[in-house]
Amino acid sequence: MKSLRKYLNKIKPHFEKGGKFEKLESTFEAFESFMFVPDTVTKKGTHIRDANDMKRTMAIVVLAVVPTVLFGMWNVGFHHFIATGQEGTILQQFWLGFLRVFPIIVVSYVVGLGIEFAFAEYRGHEVNEGFLVSGILIPLVLPVDTPLWMVAVATAFAVVIGKEVFGGTGMNILNPALTARAFLFFAYPSYMSGNAVWTHGMINGEGIIDTYSGATPLAEAAAGNIDKLPEISDMFFGTILGSIGETSTLAILIGAAILLITGIGSARIMISTFVGGLAMGLLLNAFAVNPFMEIPAWQHLLLGGFAFGAVFMATDPVSAAQTRKGKIIYGFLIGFLAILIRVINPAYPEGVMLAILLMNVFAPLIDHYVIEGNIKKRLKRAKVKA
Amino acid sequence: MSKVIKIKKGLNISMLGTAEKIIKKADQAELYAVKPTDFKGIRPKLVVKVGDKVKAGSPLFFDKFQPSVQFTSPVSGEVVEINRGERRVILEVVVKADATIEYEEFKVSDPKDLTKEEIVAVMQQSGLWPAIRQRPYSTIANAEDNPKAIFISAFDSAPLAPDMDYIVKDCSECFQKGIDVLSKLTEGTIHLNLNSDYPPAETFTKAKGVQLNYFTGPHPAGNVGVQINKIDPINKGDIVWYTYPQEIITIGRLFLEGKYDATKIVALTGSEVKHPKYFKIIGGASIKNLVQDNVNEGEQRYISGNVLTGSKISDHGYVGFYDNQVTVIPEGKFFEFFGWANLGFTKHTASRALFSWMLPGKKFKLNTNIHGGKRAYVMTGEYDKVFPMDIFPVQLIKAILVEDIDKMEQLGIYEVDEEDFALCEYVCTSKIEVQSIIRSGLDLMRKEMS
Repeated sequence: MKSLRKYLNKIKPHFEKGGKFEKLESTFEAFESFMFVPDTVTKKGTHIRDANDMKRTMAIVVLAVVPTVLFGMWNVGFHHFIATGQEGTILQQFWLGFLRVFPIIVVSYVVGLGIEFAFAEYRGHEVNEGFLVSGILIPLVLPVDTPLWMVAVATAFAVVIGKEVFGGTGMNILNPALTARAFLFFAYPSYMSGNAVWTHGMINGEGIIDTYSGATPLAEAAAGNIDKLPEISDMFFGTILGSIGETSTLAILIGAAILLITGIGSARIMISTFVGGLAMGLLLNAFAVNPFMEIPAWQHLLLGGFAFGAVFMATDPVSAAQTRKGKIIYGFLIGFLAILIRVINPAYPEGVMLAILLMNVFAPLIDHYVIEGNIKKRLKRAKVKA
Repeated sequence: MSKVIKIKKGLNISMLGTAEKIIKKADQAELYAVKPTDFKGIRPKLVVKVGDKVKAGSPLFFDKFQPSVQFTSPVSGEVVEINRGERRVILEVVVKADATIEYEEFKVSDPKDLTKEEIVAVMQQSGLWPAIRQRPYSTIANAEDNPKAIFISAFDSAPLAPDMDYIVKDCSECFQKGIDVLSKLTEGTIHLNLNSDYPPAETFTKAKGVQLNYFTGPHPAGNVGVQINKIDPINKGDIVWYTYPQEIITIGRLFLEGKYDATKIVALTGSEVKHPKYFKIIGGASIKNLVQDNVNEGEQRYISGNVLTGSKISDHGYVGFYDNQVTVIPEGKFFEFFGWANLGFTKHTASRALFSWMLPGKKFKLNTNIHGGKRAYVMTGEYDKVFPMDIFPVQLIKAILVEDIDKMEQLGIYEVDEEDFALCEYVCTSKIEVQSIIRSGLDLMRKEMS
């Protein structure tokens, strides 16, 4: 440690203004502060500062996502083995999934962080940690056989158009990870929907047995094949088909627990999203005219990307509503709209992504009205006095 | 007991180094200083030069904007130094004290027999007028205003704060006299705000001519801004005044004894102080005698005031005009290997991102490291948890950053002061310097409104 610190102190001047590599100042700072929390002390204002910082916050979110990553890797292998009619141990299944998912994660991080670093240098800022989370979320919302070049293009699109044009982390309007997914969804629909994309190897058809359908539970439900829906326990534990990280409600709940205990994820958003989903589900149950609308409301929360969206996507603090009341309205509407789109709109088998992106756009408006309420209260108080 | 107002949002930062309840008379300091930087929004004009002899209560400088407001020497002696900072801003006027202090004489009189104008004149001459400040802007009160109320926060809830009830226990007479003075200055109510968590000193509870209000809850329950917001919030155009118990005692003494006796009690606190205690000093004293041989080895941060709002001074710096506390904590100038991944049993955070939340009651040794780097706003709802007023803190800050005067006004800038945002600054994950943003907002607003 000490020798590393000495070495860093020695080379640091080269990266500072006037040094040989001054163009790489932000990059150096990012790696240095990753290894060593800097020795900066307070200058004005409070003399002490909370020990929590952006790096720790983002690291905790990444930690919360890890259970879904690990489960998702295994699930990829698990379904591939079923589809090809092979037998395999859990370890073999996991390894196969790992070999498929890990490159997607690497591509997402390399492309995204590369752009983030470039922009940080260009702006003369420190590199923001925000992409550490987006970089892991992007792979998790993709079908397993998304080509790597598509991952790269989508990530680049999300970081540049979704984030950097607005000024970088903290300024973006849309959730970057969902921006990446939406980009692929509309640009390359054949790789993002249908029955072939959810199982590894099925697009190329290699060795898939004839009776294997590859349809996700939601696709079956939309087609009216309610009897083909998996067991409730399978939906909860996640041994169903879907995007890499979205299937296991259990793994997502572990992540939710981490986010809620540390206070980093907003409980208001998470809970109100679930409540909103439930409300729409019950409404659909009440006016059901087809089998899909008859699915018990609570089962909707286990299906598709609902839980994943509610826990990891809707809670993104930058693109969500910022006021306490606003968060509740924002979350509720996400849940409400997600199930509405899912069940009623035949063009989209899943509505979570679109619901969250839509509410991202409306979040500032929600906040505006909440704040307007506070302003009116203040004006009224002044008038009563006067 | 009247209604107790419960403050729910806030944060008590539990630190090492609470002052033990022993009052020690400090050896008289050699040097004393009055710091124009203690007073917001003034433009000091010197009336002395180096070498001049002064008495306790003789003017050192006055405010260009309110020339009748004098700032006087707390001791008699010789002006030895006038320290200036950038652009020749006056930072300190230093007086070397005589062995025995001589006082300027002011008339001994019962404030009840005086008019407001007479009282104001005595206070301005003696240098005690600055003890009374106003909201909005937290500047020295303008004597021509008619405040709708005067607020006194009689307890301090900041980290390691001195126990006000203990400090004032022997000064009931002066305190009451001071209250009598204040009651001549307003036609409104004088609110004396107490902590309901323990029985307050009789000095407070037996005071006449005040309305007692009780508060309970974490810091910033003791901040006068929070108390005003809960009792009688400031609307546009309102002016309220506020002051603190020790200042009231000094004012009372001025009218009882006819001299500006700046004696006060300060708590010497912080993890680096060997024997944290209360000290009886004269306001503006150098802390040299207090900290000599009483502070641990190493590079330390000396603060006049508390760790959230105090000002940084040197190890022989001077106690600020309004400060009742001196804090010494370690500087944090070190690199920490993978510090952001440290489990953090010994670090303090308001969130539960470190494991220290599992150790309730632990007292922390906190240093001045900012623990991270400056970022744009990412997290939301952090400030709300420690900001008890009915105001949206982040939105107000953003309105200030874009200098949107109308929005600032609509969002409640008149009700706040830097100190009310100190906890927001502390908890900020993005390490934003919230207090200085608020100050610039207040300054801008004041300029626009005058």
